[in-house]
Amino acid sequence: MSMKDRMSGNEAVAFAIRQINPDVMPAFPITPSTEIPQMVSTYIANGQMDTEFIPVESEHSSMSATIGAEAAGARSLTATSSCGLALMWEELLVAASDRMPCVMAVVNRTLSGPININCDHTDAMGARDTGWIQIYAENNQEAYDNFIQAYPIAEDKRVHLPVMICQDGFITSHAVENIILNEDPDVKDFVGQYEPEEFLLNPGNPVSIGPYAISPYVMEARKAQEEAMENSKEVIREVARRYREKFGRGFEFFEEYRTEDADYIMLIMGSAAGTAKQAVDDLREKGIKAGVLKLRVFRPFPASEIAQALSPAKAVAIMDRTESYNGHGGPLASEVRAGLYENGSSVKALCYTYGLGGRDFTVERVYEVFDELKDMIENNKEFRQHRYVGLRTNSPEVR
Amino acid sequence: MRSDVSKINENTPYEELTEGLMMFAKGTAKDFATGPWRTMTPVFDKDLCKQCLLCAPVCPDGCIPVSDMKRSDFDYDHCKGCGICEKACPFNAITMVPGTEPVVPEKDAAAE
Repeated sequence: MSMKDRMSGNEAVAFAIRQINPDVMPAFPITPSTEIPQMVSTYIANGQMDTEFIPVESEHSSMSATIGAEAAGARSLTATSSCGLALMWEELLVAASDRMPCVMAVVNRTLSGPININCDHTDAMGARDTGWIQIYAENNQEAYDNFIQAYPIAEDKRVHLPVMICQDGFITSHAVENIILNEDPDVKDFVGQYEPEEFLLNPGNPVSIGPYAISPYVMEARKAQEEAMENSKEVIREVARRYREKFGRGFEFFEEYRTEDADYIMLIMGSAAGTAKQAVDDLREKGIKAGVLKLRVFRPFPASEIAQALSPAKAVAIMDRTESYNGHGGPLASEVRAGLYENGSSVKALCYTYGLGGRDFTVERVYEVFDELKDMIENNKEFRQHRYVGLRTNSPEVR
Repeated sequence: MRSDVSKINENTPYEELTEGLMMFAKGTAKDFATGPWRTMTPVFDKDLCKQCLLCAPVCPDGCIPVSDMKRSDFDYDHCKGCGICEKACPFNAITMVPGTEPVVPEKDAAAE
């Protein structure tokens, strides 16, 4: 059974947290994720869940307390955005290297500067090398579905890594949409009881977590951690399949939208994928074979799977909602192209930066991108490899 | 997951290390002599000591062993030489001396 409702992305995630009823949630408010701890606090005050909520003095503390609670043996989580995520920086790496299966709801917002509170992926992309699994949502339904899958992935013996469930600030977090919710017992059954093998509050089984490692141990520890991230691919797939069997929704690493015979594919992540799909439908009506590859899992990075999906196309557009200041594109641009090269693919690619600081990404902008891919293939027109979408400029040829 | 950590050493391959380098053992700090880090060393004079035990609880490293309500000499394998015990002692039974050895410099006989 399922329930039809209407909710914002933040409401959807808070609803999932209530259904899971984890043990401990330390959190500090920051726009646009503030509503998540606020709504969870309300559920607790109303007696609808019994999670221990810890109001802390900063995000540095909320992540520290999340790690501490998880190490003690409690299923723990927090939520944050932007500068809050940045303030957690040090602890993000500790959570992963201590192999803590905690979860964080990340509501993506840009980082200063210029100072701005709106959506882009600068915050989570900055944390891409901290050892966390990162899963992105297109809409509130996916934010909800992804959140319910987080603990089964994190707590799997083959993984034991922290998971970020990301959604786009305001666009997804604050927009109210229709949603299908699962029944409480079904969610509890899917997520299961947390039974940690090793934890601090375990009399008779002493353990130290996060000890100092001298040089002869650090590389070996990192390799084991990297291997766990690689193992998580299989687990993410299994959990996604189990979720789809039980609830009838969801994707594994990515969604392929009208890509089977596509000449041109746009690879994109987050809420803008919905816009891209609409544009693709319009272009298909005009006879242009366009498609969208919507990436769901960014860490672990499914490089060979992406390469396989993109290779049959004539050209692809790789869309980054952040800037890497490296002269040739954002993180997706770098990693997708590395994946294509590694897998011997020679598909042509243009890399785009779009939607920074909440800039609207419209269907017209998607048409423009596909026009450029087509121009490159059909007319051999040369384009600058890294381009900005919808930039005001005096020299459009270099944008 | 729990394994015998005493078998792990600097030649252990990464596959055989514990997850997140967790230590499945207790009181392992005892095996690691951190005393040589100190630059000052407390010297215990048992003749002046009245066994009031004000010193033992203020030691940050637990280096003053107490049994049967009586303290004995310092645990020099772990004492960092902070000198808090000297300040706590009302009977001058603890003297801080420079260096890592608990040796009171000999008094110059000629000077006396």
